[in-house]
Amino acid sequence: MSEKPSLFDLALTFNHIALASFGGGLSAWSREVLVAEKGWMEDEEFLSAVTMCRILPGANQVNLAVFVGVKFHGIPGACCAVFGLTLIPVAIALALAYFYFQYHHIPAVQGILKGAAAAAVALTLSMVFKTGKKCLKGAVPILFFVAIFVMNGILRWPLLACLSLLAPMAIAWGWPRKKAS
Amino acid sequence: MNLRTLTQILLLFSSLSILSIGGGNTVLPEMHRKTVGDYHWLTDKQFADVFAISQAAPGPSILIVTILGYKAAGVPGAILATIAMMLPAGLLVYLVSRVWEKAKDAPVRKAIEKGLAPLTVGLILASGWVMSQAADHDWRAYILTSVCTAIFSTTKINPLFLVGAAGLIGWLGWV
Repeated sequence: MSEKPSLFDLALTFNHIALASFGGGLSAWSREVLVAEKGWMEDEEFLSAVTMCRILPGANQVNLAVFVGVKFHGIPGACCAVFGLTLIPVAIALALAYFYFQYHHIPAVQGILKGAAAAAVALTLSMVFKTGKKCLKGAVPILFFVAIFVMNGILRWPLLACLSLLAPMAIAWGWPRKKAS
Repeated sequence: MNLRTLTQILLLFSSLSILSIGGGNTVLPEMHRKTVGDYHWLTDKQFADVFAISQAAPGPSILIVTILGYKAAGVPGAILATIAMMLPAGLLVYLVSRVWEKAKDAPVRKAIEKGLAPLTVGLILASGWVMSQAADHDWRAYILTSVCTAIFSTTKINPLFLVGAAGLIGWLGWV
């Protein structure tokens, strides 16, 4: 793990994540920056944080910013991370809202966004490959992986239903077998 | 009058913040019911357009509340709505993450980290799947996605470069 980031680093990094994610793929961008580029977290810690942030109420990415901010600097850290994540996007949302309600059409960016969305899906898929390589070793984890994809992705069951079914089994499977010697 | 609207914004979005278990999109139906049906801040069509804008704009997609607050009460409404939507849920995450840091070496934390990893990867694949469905992708977009996936997975290229290039391809009308 690299050095503890400063408050300013936190704000700047989450700002970078937010702005990179036009077209979507915010989770993939978070991993790209927090794990791969900055080395602030290991893959396992990142993945469990992502799922906890999904279970808890609130926007997943805002929650993740709070989580990472608290990890390094407590409440001030959380505020800086959330501030970085949202300041410029809020300004952009306001500008778009102004244009939309003034002229009743969205600035002609549909095509650009469609292309960018295709790449954002690709970034998300490559994140599946990168993180899956480490944690999908053996039949049991692969079974968990496929089961939740089918339930949540294909069948569109609510997240809470999928997790209350699978998470207890997965945690039981993940429980350390032997007491640390 | 304006104070009443601001109070409505504060109460609506701070309660939705706590109710949004599983992410911001889970409370969209309730958000729609209140802002369009009860408060008449905007029309049905406008809500759908605002949703599309907030999905495409950079940053967390929950910033739809910024736009709704703006429509209801201008810039102060926008800022109030944004804070109200993030603060209650954020406090809860703060409490949970404090407990999490304290449990650094506990077996339960190890079990959760190890056990949730394959589930999270599955959920990420699911979100990629849902994203491509929501964007109404046709075969050309799927080809673009496949090519980009191969590049992301095998090279260390800066993703922003590729997202920009794909945006350009979209702008030229090729997908």
